[in-house]
Amino acid sequence: MDMQVAKKKLGLKERYAVMTRGLDWTPSYQKMEDIYPYMAYEGIKIHDWDKWEDPFRLTMDAYWKYQSEKERKLYSVLDAYIQSNGHLNVTDARYLNTVKLFVSGISPLEYVAHRGFAHAGRQFPGPGPRVACLMQSLDEIRHAQTQIHAVSNYNKYYNGMHDFHHAHDRVWFLSVPKSFFDDAITAGPFEFMVAIGFSFEYVLTNLLFVPFVSGAAYNGDMGTMTFGFSAQSDEARHMTLGLEVIKFILQQDPANVPIVQRWIDKWTWRGYRVLTLVAMMMDYMLPKRTMSWKEAWEVYFEQNGGALFKDLARYGITIPKCTEHIALEKDHLSHQAWGTFYNYAAATNFHTWMPDADEMEWLSAKYPESYDKYYRPRMEFWREEAAKGNRFYNKTLPMLCQTCQIPLVFTEPGDPTKICYREVDYKEDKYHFCSDHCKKIFEDEPEKYVQAWMPVHQIYQGNCFPEGTDPTVEGFDPLAAVMKYYHLEFGRDNLDFEGSEDQKNFAEWRGQATKNA
Amino acid sequence: MSNVFIALQTNEDTRQIIEAIVQDNPHAVVNEQPAMVKIDAEGKLVVRRETIEELIGRSYDLQELQVNLITMSGNLDQTDDEMILYWNA
Repeated sequence: MDMQVAKKKLGLKERYAVMTRGLDWTPSYQKMEDIYPYMAYEGIKIHDWDKWEDPFRLTMDAYWKYQSEKERKLYSVLDAYIQSNGHLNVTDARYLNTVKLFVSGISPLEYVAHRGFAHAGRQFPGPGPRVACLMQSLDEIRHAQTQIHAVSNYNKYYNGMHDFHHAHDRVWFLSVPKSFFDDAITAGPFEFMVAIGFSFEYVLTNLLFVPFVSGAAYNGDMGTMTFGFSAQSDEARHMTLGLEVIKFILQQDPANVPIVQRWIDKWTWRGYRVLTLVAMMMDYMLPKRTMSWKEAWEVYFEQNGGALFKDLARYGITIPKCTEHIALEKDHLSHQAWGTFYNYAAATNFHTWMPDADEMEWLSAKYPESYDKYYRPRMEFWREEAAKGNRFYNKTLPMLCQTCQIPLVFTEPGDPTKICYREVDYKEDKYHFCSDHCKKIFEDEPEKYVQAWMPVHQIYQGNCFPEGTDPTVEGFDPLAAVMKYYHLEFGRDNLDFEGSEDQKNFAEWRGQATKNA
Repeated sequence: MSNVFIALQTNEDTRQIIEAIVQDNPHAVVNEQPAMVKIDAEGKLVVRRETIEELIGRSYDLQELQVNLITMSGNLDQTDDEMILYWNA
């Protein structure tokens, strides 16, 4: 007689072992170095891949189960949001510009992260990190897709988002996040993991997603809040992967420590420079603010990152030197960035504006050491000029940093009245930098960074006009031609928020939503 | 000793989970922020399956936490019964 006896289920640890290491095999007729050709050249020594273990112990079967649950939740919220004209419930139409920045600056990076983790996962001989990279690769393409789906609803009503990926590959300031990720995926697999898995995901991602998404919620943007939290629920796993990878590499061989330290120093700075966009978003672009950039930096980097580096000290890792510089910049970064975008608003895919009197009060309160002394006077001046009909648009192209590609707008560490310039002569050419850190990154790998696609240089070389443009004709307007090349409409997608089509439409539609027109 | 933390979405799934975490970690500090709850704890934080099960009245798989998790900090060790966040220094 057959008796069905319920089999005892495997515990989490056993299940993880069976579903990761248990699926691996040792090749018999191909050499390991032929199958995994990128494992040696970065100088990292790994002796035992089995020492790596995902502390979540997530296996693919459980992965699909929880990810599909997240998707169901996300899409039912999105449907409800769209059906109820949720976009009209955001605090203020200025808020929508953060969404434009997000979809053109961040979502395309999710897609590149997907490719990067697929590539890194393929290259690692260890089944543990391979499975974790596979999951992260799938997460990242999910993030790109859900963000595009969520933002496509805004694109039906508001300007600047219609060709976000085209913009990502061309617009001058979007080369900052783009080149950051291009730099990471063209590094070796170990450096990629330290760059994105550790420095970006573990050390910096909280600064991007947590205040942004919490800020979206605070400003009534349920669509963004939902995709943001749905993506963020994967981030905890990514952060864990980043931390485990670092610990694993450091434990494997003491010779790995100096290599990893250099990567941590480099990528903490590279990531921080990209977060300039987040700093100005938090301090200037969210109509209702959750916390200042400076406060977020203190909570998520100084306290949390400080704890992390204390924990890594036993491997011989020290906190990156650049954090001393960053500490000096935290009172200035967002103001300098927003001032720059206000200047260059004729060449952007979103609108800028000057803060009103209440908002300036908030900025003074959050930045008592710097705002009134250095930034309020210039912002009041710009506001007064705009009121007189002289809204200032800077049409001169700026000098860019060869490493981070940000215009040279940051000030000397410790002296906010003096712009910081650095330069290096390399093979008969001169290269410019925003800081000692970007300069050092270049000097360590000059052959990589001389190849950078620099937006300003490309415009001057005539490579950023639509095909068939003749720049020699009388009255040629280079900015108008560049905007056409970006697929952006002058006067509609760019310029000040005041007087924009977005402002007008939002006011009219919100009026219709609350009254019988 | 530095703080570890865990942040969860504010919703009906997490209400009792947060209650369970607070019960099991008397040293934890709960910070409510827009749409999210961040729980900070010095040195170590333990999320226990049994406590959650008692509060929600059904069996619970700790991996379900993934659905509502926002972020965390610290070294992690997860088993069927516990999820532990800790710093060594």
